[in-house]
Amino acid sequence: MNPLVKVKNFVFGTGRMAFLGGSPVYYGWLLFLLILICQGLLAYSHQFQLGLISTGLRDSVSWGFYIGNFTFLVGVAAAAVLLVIPAYLYNWKPIREVVIFGEMLAVAAIVMCLLFVCVDMGRPDRFWHLFPIIGHMHLPSSIMAWDACVLNVYLIINLFVASYLIYCAYNGKKYNPKIVVPLVILSIPMAVSIHTVTAFLYNGMASRPYWNSAILAPRFIASAFCSGPALLLILFQILRKVSDFDIKDEAIQKVAEYMAYAMVLNLFLYGAEVFKEYYSNTHHLVHYKYLFSGLHGQTSPIAVYAWMSLAFAVIALVIFLIPKLRMTPMTMNIGCVLIYFSVYIEKGIALIIPGYTPDTLGQVYRYVPSMTEVRVAMGVFGIGFLIFTLMVKVSVAILFSPDRKVAHA
Amino acid sequence: MNDPTDISPAAAEPQELGTSRREFIIGTFYALAAAALASGCAADQLALDEFVQKHFKDLTPDELKKTIARMEKKYWEEYGANIKINATPPIPGVLYGYALDLSRCIGCRRCVYGCIEENNQSRNPSTPWITVLEMDKEGGVDLANADAFYDHEQVPAPGKFYMPVACQHCENPPCVKVCPVEATWKEPDGIVVIDYNWCIGCRCCITACPYGARHFNWSTPIIPKDQINTNTEYLGNRPRPRGVVEKCTWCIHRVRKGQYPKCVEVCPVGARKFGNLLDPESEIRYILENKRVLILKEELNTQPKFFYYYGL
Repeated sequence: MNPLVKVKNFVFGTGRMAFLGGSPVYYGWLLFLLILICQGLLAYSHQFQLGLISTGLRDSVSWGFYIGNFTFLVGVAAAAVLLVIPAYLYNWKPIREVVIFGEMLAVAAIVMCLLFVCVDMGRPDRFWHLFPIIGHMHLPSSIMAWDACVLNVYLIINLFVASYLIYCAYNGKKYNPKIVVPLVILSIPMAVSIHTVTAFLYNGMASRPYWNSAILAPRFIASAFCSGPALLLILFQILRKVSDFDIKDEAIQKVAEYMAYAMVLNLFLYGAEVFKEYYSNTHHLVHYKYLFSGLHGQTSPIAVYAWMSLAFAVIALVIFLIPKLRMTPMTMNIGCVLIYFSVYIEKGIALIIPGYTPDTLGQVYRYVPSMTEVRVAMGVFGIGFLIFTLMVKVSVAILFSPDRKVAHA
Repeated sequence: MNDPTDISPAAAEPQELGTSRREFIIGTFYALAAAALASGCAADQLALDEFVQKHFKDLTPDELKKTIARMEKKYWEEYGANIKINATPPIPGVLYGYALDLSRCIGCRRCVYGCIEENNQSRNPSTPWITVLEMDKEGGVDLANADAFYDHEQVPAPGKFYMPVACQHCENPPCVKVCPVEATWKEPDGIVVIDYNWCIGCRCCITACPYGARHFNWSTPIIPKDQINTNTEYLGNRPRPRGVVEKCTWCIHRVRKGQYPKCVEVCPVGARKFGNLLDPESEIRYILENKRVLILKEELNTQPKFFYYYGL
């Protein structure tokens, strides 16, 4: 068959699988996502007309909710490694078949990351200035330019591997390990690098003592190893219920065990940071004071979130440390939701805002996200979840439907 | 007017004038479409030229001339003012330096207002390039307890001293290092400049600057038409678009022609000094060699060329 015809068949075939033959709940979910996306587009068009003044951001606090979400999602994307490492390095079978979901989650998360960067840009029309050759990529000195490189390479690798695996399965062929395995191995250091480079983006700013800490990158990796798998574990259980996708309890338990280690490390590193600031008690402590209480006698609007995030992390850790609780689906799921939101708040609010408050000249601007920012962020999440949902629908139909399985056998 | 038998002139009119009205509507439609197409093409051409515009350093002299002509035309349409854009090169053998006498400054903010007018800064929202900090004489230079929003009937307030802060024109500028697209750089005469037509508005530089010197155009800048300064520089005080970063350039449009920056000129107490660091006879060199001088946040190794000193 002509390869072009084959690709055309694949595109139309998977398109049918994505949109046809779903349950009412599936279509309801798609509709919900579409509504999210539409209201996000409306909010963005408002921002596009007025400028970024429609956000709560100002010169004092010049990055906020958008960049916080971006940082969180880089972590989610990076967490795919947690599943890839045991599957390919140790050839551990039960996890191997679920690696593709990690890769698809990475694709959706990176798309959301890039969208969050775009909506935060003052001049999105000049995005091409960041391209090699036609633009001016400021390498090697700009960490932002490095970040753009690694994020895009990581997106391309994961998009290619995921669609190649699906493509092969669609055509009833076995994938070529000589293509897949090196790329998957490459994606492991890439995953570490995207989150490390993103941490360096903040870490390298000597002007902001709150971020200027050597353990920022390790903290990013540790927290990503908590939030990403939490999302995947919940997804696997949903898929196991509603489709023919099968995952062994053994695999879920293994991932949960890794998460417990990551949570210990995450809180340990956080504690180390907090100790250093409070014990040395220098001028730089003002940022932690703003995070946990407030400055100049005024309560900080983010303090309640900071405490919430910490409480969630501690409760989730207790659940995951006690084997009995970790192995009970109910409590494990509560733990997953708690750690997911703990990391979300930590990256979305507690990481960025205190870095800017007070600002470099000691002035306090009490930033809170505007309604526009919240709505645009919801729209971006809508797009990401839509991409992920469609990819999962297709891959479950191809890889795990009973008739396909028979065909393979 | 629900009565169907109503045959008032108002109701009858459309029927009588039906044909001519239809013609009129169609005619208007074509005229509007033609106008929209024509203006659309012109606007598209302008927008396209703007979209594909190169980095300042990549422009050939010919391209630079055309770009400046295009910008001046656009400014004319926007502000009704004959704005002249220069691209004055740096003077060889000059490295600018600035000194500010903390014992003289009275916190009157005349420099702030002079700067706003001279540099075509937006009046609403206001993003002044100079921030004057008020601090306690007892506490010394202590940014954590500084107030940028003091509002007294009379200055100086008792027990207070004042520290104006703007771009420090660092020898080792962190803002330049972090820019992902090289939209900001240090010129040979030491002035850190921004290409407003290349900046993508990511605000990395605002985050990297330890002096709060960089400001973002959160909305379209508003400058009263009669208050435009028409003497401008490409890398300096020409009106900026929305969504890009701006900051003090030591009045690049003045200093490269041998004038003082506006803030030096308007300071009523002579607290501000400016000159060539490479000239041993200059006033700035005299101050550095004979006064007690300090720089802000020296531990960050940014090496500012803006020096504070105690002259009295």
